[in-house]
Amino acid sequence: MSVKTEPFYLNIGPQHPSTHGVLRLRVTLDGEVIVDVEPVIGYLHRGIEKLAEGRTYAQNIPFTDRLDYLAAMTNNVAYCMAVEKLAGIKVPERGEYLRVIFSELMRIASHLMAVGFFLNDIGAMMTPVLYMWREREKILDMFEMACGQRMMYNYMRIGGMSQDVPEEFLPAVKKFIAEMPRYIDEYDQLLAQNEILLARSKGVGILPRETAVSIGASGPVLRASGVKWDLRKMDPYSIYDRFDFEVPTGQTGDCYDRYWVRMQEMRQSVRIVEQALKQLPGKGSVCADVPQFFRAPKGEAYVCIEAPKGNLGFYVVSDGSIAPYRLHIYPPTLINITAMKDMAVGWKIADLIIIFGSIDVVLGEIDR
Amino acid sequence: MTLLDEFQLFLKTLGWPDWAYYSVPALTGIVIIVAAVLTIVIVFIWWERRLLGRFQIRLGPNRCGPEGIFQPIATAVKILLKEDIVPAKADKVVHFIAPIAVFVPVLMVFAVIPFDKAAILVDLNVGAIYIIAISSLSMLAIFMAAWASCNKYSLIAGLRAIAQMVSYELPVVMSLVGVAMMASSLSMVKIVEAQTLPFILLQPLGCLIFFLGSLAEMNRCPFDLLEADSEIVAGYHTEYSGMKFALFYLGEYGVAFVYAAVITTLFLSGWQGPFLPPVLWFLIKVFLVFTLILWMRATLPRLRVDQLMTFAWKFMLPMSLINLIVVAIEILLVPASLQWVMIVINFGLAAVLILLFSRMFTFGGGRVEV
Repeated sequence: MSVKTEPFYLNIGPQHPSTHGVLRLRVTLDGEVIVDVEPVIGYLHRGIEKLAEGRTYAQNIPFTDRLDYLAAMTNNVAYCMAVEKLAGIKVPERGEYLRVIFSELMRIASHLMAVGFFLNDIGAMMTPVLYMWREREKILDMFEMACGQRMMYNYMRIGGMSQDVPEEFLPAVKKFIAEMPRYIDEYDQLLAQNEILLARSKGVGILPRETAVSIGASGPVLRASGVKWDLRKMDPYSIYDRFDFEVPTGQTGDCYDRYWVRMQEMRQSVRIVEQALKQLPGKGSVCADVPQFFRAPKGEAYVCIEAPKGNLGFYVVSDGSIAPYRLHIYPPTLINITAMKDMAVGWKIADLIIIFGSIDVVLGEIDR
Repeated sequence: MTLLDEFQLFLKTLGWPDWAYYSVPALTGIVIIVAAVLTIVIVFIWWERRLLGRFQIRLGPNRCGPEGIFQPIATAVKILLKEDIVPAKADKVVHFIAPIAVFVPVLMVFAVIPFDKAAILVDLNVGAIYIIAISSLSMLAIFMAAWASCNKYSLIAGLRAIAQMVSYELPVVMSLVGVAMMASSLSMVKIVEAQTLPFILLQPLGCLIFFLGSLAEMNRCPFDLLEADSEIVAGYHTEYSGMKFALFYLGEYGVAFVYAAVITTLFLSGWQGPFLPPVLWFLIKVFLVFTLILWMRATLPRLRVDQLMTFAWKFMLPMSLINLIVVAIEILLVPASLQWVMIVINFGLAAVLILLFSRMFTFGGGRVEV
């Protein structure tokens, strides 16, 4: 007698503890094994691209905070760089350096969240997250010193940033940079060879090099698959050509490699901030002279930078008025989650969750 | 002669009718046990939340009363006031019975747990078997809850529960047999009395296996697949709210108390100890075991369902069989005066076996050099 079985359909999300927001995964299961998975997105769509057409260039900066809200500063930078490219504005030296410092601190904060919640998805009940928040809090405190905000910074301006950093900011950064490598060592000690972490993530959710390249993945997801692609090295925007750092890559492209790449990138970011602090000009303006209601010349500009989650692009079209004619955002995680099915089919539900966690998804960015 | 027997004899001298002198002491004992268990469970909940806070570099509850000691009571009041929601397509009867069926076995087990030589409800001569039989019942109740909820997450949790119980019951029973052989009795009181040296020293491997197995039985980290909140929301109690949920919650801590008490009795020489009163010794040991469980929860990630099975069948079962055989041979050959020989042999054996296993076997992930 043969047993008749039928597939089991399961909607994971949009209300689920580990969908990192409001993503819905339509999963077909055979027992616990995943047969098919399809991400359903759009629950957090706010029409930011359309809204941007009705607001001035400067008024759009707060919108960019709400894309990848765990790395809002980087979004600010990317948008401002696109507009600056369009209008041909040159950012003062000190402004560029501060932007680099802020971007790299943001990268550390974002990766801390990513790794913490990845471990939370594996099932280490909140402990790693709270340990990683210990460091993230320090970064947020520094940002609060600079702009009075902890999440939606709205700090960057077209041509630089809204104000110079207060005097207590730089010593705080120096102190943080001095102690951060020790904390990363502590995490490595606790996690890197943890038997259960290895069992759960090594060899799980492999994204082959070719697939990663062909879907256009970027950021740690791509680098974990062994592709040495980092826009800070490949196309050094801003002043990244002045710093000495490495691009860590994984070998197999499994969940463990994605975790490992993030840990290494934090070390590299610390190095970059260290160098930037040394080279930072002591005095000078942090913002170019740009009128409040400035009109960008007719034309278009596209800027793509290395955000914590991958290549973040802003495409701005101007018709010569005070507002952009069209703003398009190229979000890295939207591209990265298209690899979900390639990675997850054949694994179990528990693996689906950690594969998902290892991509490091922020829905604000995907749905816009 | 337990305290209840004495109470019974006392009532007999007063000339009470037969039914009264039998049932009054029994009811008294039950009320005392229920009250004691619930009180200790509440202390456990507070201890867990407070200590977990410390593990996670935060304070934990500290607003309700000194050191947040009344927080579990505040939680209980909040839960009681919540609306009881039953899913429209749920099997209403089973959905209603399941929380009760989870909690009752937990209380039943305490009938044979000796808090002291005399402080035991009934000293069954098959106490150990009774514990294994009754504590497995709560898995059935979990499956009832999972099935009746008519929720897909719950159903997955229910199926995981059955698989987990089948796998982990065996090594637990096997390591218990070692204890029973050494004590040459299944009565919990006799097992404690046989431990002039705690059995954790005489058979460390058996103790380890029993501890890990009981972690799986009580769904604690790293075996908490039934309520793996990052995967299947809340597992079998996803569709429960209000007092029904509270019963699951209490049952969970109750089971933790049960296994902590059983481990204390079987391996940590129960109430025995110098200076302090026996009941206090018992509770101290139970708290130590519970703290260890907590520590695991604060530290370890969760295993996957197939790794869980692998761990049971490829590690725990063979180990418990080896432990059983070695203990049997030792009982036969080693005279009682040379117990230190046994301690040395068993610790050496446990270390060698675990080392060998960890070298030869991985969960599939493999190791990395950092």
